[in-house]
Amino acid sequence: MKYLILIYSNPRSWEHPMFLHQHDDLSPEEREAATKELAALLTEIAESGELVDSAALADPINTRTVRVRDDAMTATDGPFLETKEHLAGYFVVDCDGIQRATELAARFPDARYSAVEVRPIMDMAGMEM
Amino acid sequence: MTAPAELEDLLRRLAPRVLGTLVRRRGDLDACEDAVQEALLAAALQWPEAGIPDHPVSWLLTVAGRCLTDAWRSDAARRRRETALAPPDEPVSPGPDEDSAVHRDDTLTLLFLCCHPALPPSAQLALTLRAVGGLSTRQIARALLVPDATMSQRISRAKQRVKASGSEFRMPPEHERDDRLRVVLHVFYLIFNEGYAASSGPDLLRTELTGEAIRLARELHRLLPGDGEVTGLLALMLLTEARRAARTGPGGTLVPLAEQDRRLWDREHIAEGTALLTTALSTAPIGPYQLQAAIAAVHSEAACADDTDWPQILLLYRLLEGVWPNPVVTLNHAVAVAMVRGPRAGLDHLAGLESDKAMADRHRLHAVRAHLLEMAGEHDAARAAYELAARRATGIPEQRYLVAQAARLSAGLGTAHAQRRR
Repeated sequence: MKYLILIYSNPRSWEHPMFLHQHDDLSPEEREAATKELAALLTEIAESGELVDSAALADPINTRTVRVRDDAMTATDGPFLETKEHLAGYFVVDCDGIQRATELAARFPDARYSAVEVRPIMDMAGMEM
Repeated sequence: MTAPAELEDLLRRLAPRVLGTLVRRRGDLDACEDAVQEALLAAALQWPEAGIPDHPVSWLLTVAGRCLTDAWRSDAARRRRETALAPPDEPVSPGPDEDSAVHRDDTLTLLFLCCHPALPPSAQLALTLRAVGGLSTRQIARALLVPDATMSQRISRAKQRVKASGSEFRMPPEHERDDRLRVVLHVFYLIFNEGYAASSGPDLLRTELTGEAIRLARELHRLLPGDGEVTGLLALMLLTEARRAARTGPGGTLVPLAEQDRRLWDREHIAEGTALLTTALSTAPIGPYQLQAAIAAVHSEAACADDTDWPQILLLYRLLEGVWPNPVVTLNHAVAVAMVRGPRAGLDHLAGLESDKAMADRHRLHAVRAHLLEMAGEHDAARAAYELAARRATGIPEQRYLVAQAARLSAGLGTAHAQRRR
């Protein structure tokens, strides 16, 4: 089963590498520990053959929201949803079920500061009814 | 010249024997596996021109052994400064041909190693397809719809884990063998389901997984003809595969068992599956795969859905739930209860599952409840249950089917049953 793991974040700065953005309440030591934790997790799921795809997203300030009404296109700067938390990046994993996907999600440091969402990806499966 | 399909078939049949023998002699599954892949590649390039050698297994073993020694030498050259290693002195090339009893044990031992309990199911499945099925990493990746790199990692990690578990290349001890065989059968079952769940069409490579699972089960049945569950699983696969042409309609829509055009069922598969099952039931202790095959066989005996011997199926589900209790069996059991004792009794049978958190998340529970509610004439509740099932479904064909059922009830088109008769 494939799952999309969505990392939501409300950072002070969208500085990368990776997904652990700067949270106000994080000491440099904590940040370093969390960064290492994340690096280890990524290595682990790449080597186990569970990681299918991933990407880090740029600061939401760079977002363009596009609408087409009556064949006319408008594009506005800024995200579609007005929220405090934004999508910061995603991972696609292929693993043995929702339980394993949930376990992986809980190991993203962002799960401790904001939230991580797990969503099954639709497939072409069709068991006999 | 040998036809490419025939040659590929031959190579894939030989692959596990060659690998098994090599691992028994040289030990390292990981390195041996790479060497065998190289030997298979060499054969695929050379045999079409040069012809198939008199002793193909020996030829492959010799080439694979040479690759292994080369790899070992280049590794050793790198490590020489640190450790002094003795060269492998055991001869790799076999006698004129390998004794068939040796082949048998090696293939079986290899299967047990690939389906090692230290591996998660997805890794067991990938390693089995590669090492025993003789498929390339690329083919497996495409069949399982993941990038090549992901599959390549999964297979090499699986090999490392087998190595790290300290398993030696020998048959598991007698007292563990039954449990280990169940794992092998489960992996075959998963391979089959991966292929069966895929609708026909663009996913051709994926649907071929059912054929691969049947091929593996045949091989295992050849090695263990007296094991009733091996025979039962092969029979179950054949009886299920027999319905393939009837189970999808135009555009890959799902056609439920009751509405399938039974003229499309593959009679040869049914005959073979039924014969296998009959032998197993009369000679071996009963088990879950035999019971599931028996249920499939009862369905295949009915000329039309209304002729189905539901009391017999109900009895079989009762036995199955006794030896192998799990929510999916309970779900199917409830349908059989409904067909024999009416929809209310079926719904009562589901009650226990409603509180099961893991099950409540699954679309199938809601789909079955919807079906039984519809049988009971509660169309509004049935529609709501179909809608919930559709929202829960993560397979696109299943979701389409469930949405269509809900829509049919909203439009007041009557029951599927009535439609079928029209």
